[in-house]
Amino acid sequence: MEELAIDASNLARRFGRRWAVAGVSFQLPRGKVMMLAGRNGSGKTTLLRILATAIRPDGGRATVGGFDIVKQKEEVRRHSALLSHYTYLYESLTARENLSLIANDNEEVLRRVGMIARADDPVSTFSAGMRKRVSFARVLLQKPEIAFLDEPFGQLDPEGFALVEDVVAELKASGATVVIATHQVDRVARFADVQLGLENGRIA
Amino acid sequence: MIAALRKELLLQWRTRAQAVAVFVFGATALLLFSFAIGPSANQLRQYAAGFLWLGLLLSSTLTLSEAFHAEMENHALEGLLLLPASARVLYYAKALANTIQLVFLGIALVPVMVVLYDAGTTRLLTILAIIVLGSAGVSAPGTLYSAMTSQARAKQTLLPLLLFPLIVPVLLASVKATSLAILGDPMQQGSSWMLLLLCFNAIYWSLCGLLFDRVVED
Repeated sequence: MEELAIDASNLARRFGRRWAVAGVSFQLPRGKVMMLAGRNGSGKTTLLRILATAIRPDGGRATVGGFDIVKQKEEVRRHSALLSHYTYLYESLTARENLSLIANDNEEVLRRVGMIARADDPVSTFSAGMRKRVSFARVLLQKPEIAFLDEPFGQLDPEGFALVEDVVAELKASGATVVIATHQVDRVARFADVQLGLENGRIA
Repeated sequence: MIAALRKELLLQWRTRAQAVAVFVFGATALLLFSFAIGPSANQLRQYAAGFLWLGLLLSSTLTLSEAFHAEMENHALEGLLLLPASARVLYYAKALANTIQLVFLGIALVPVMVVLYDAGTTRLLTILAIIVLGSAGVSAPGTLYSAMTSQARAKQTLLPLLLFPLIVPVLLASVKATSLAILGDPMQQGSSWMLLLLCFNAIYWSLCGLLFDRVVED
């Protein structure tokens, strides 16, 4: 029997009266790449944020890497990383200073995401695509066993697209599990092992 | 903890223009308070400690209400919380950085107080110790409340409303201890007030550290 990276059962989350995620259940074996597709507002981001322990579910339960996302969130966080819509970067700090919050040895990762030349510039001077690259570096520095990537291709140039695909391939080769929420369905479908569609917070 | 504290100090250094504005605000408050008393040197000296701490307290609300501004800009706080580090570490780093900022502000306001209120003293080390303890006593709950109100629209009003009632004992002890340091302490009461400050610091720092993750987690 395959070991599960994610085991979600009846997950639900509401904002006010609206259920953003309404009873989502799925299982994902370790080492797989899963594509999460769906229209705007279908619940992709909320589902990723629940699994990454950024927000609590209002119903259901889930384990990530074998750890309960509510009771053992520190363990979940130790083993996973989230590339969010938000950059999680401090505007007045440089790229290098931002990454130093995770690891001091960030030279290689900065080079990997193509930001070494601007490593000592404040994030406030970066374009949206450059910020995305630094956010990506943040994820890589965490060396996650399970990576949640929310719209990883957003704001990136074609070179950046290739970077994302390379990194996902590397993560997969290292045995990591990757969950990608995206509108770039055709692109991700080429390398995704599992596909999950969401509609109105439910599995389509 | 060191990385988090370094980040806090860097953020403060990059926004140091704000610290200058806060100092000017504090100095202006001291100047205006002195007008309320009149020209009597004795009375000015009598109230110097109280007005120093009121000036520091009012200025602190400006710095504390902005303490989580950078954290909210790109949801950076959420990014930090998703790292394996405990939320408590983030709280202590921020509260410590806020304390350091308030201590510098307090030290900068002392000469203003001396000039405006004719409140010179040779017990500078005692004054420094009181400023450190008083600032820590303000910034511990101030940092927690700043996190609570950081997403509120009226945070600059809400923060003092929540904070001021809680820090009355710290304010009282700081004023009394400073006053004794300036006016003289023949009954050796200063150490009791400083002990009280120390006790309130112990309570605030431990309680607020425990409560912080409940405040910032979803």
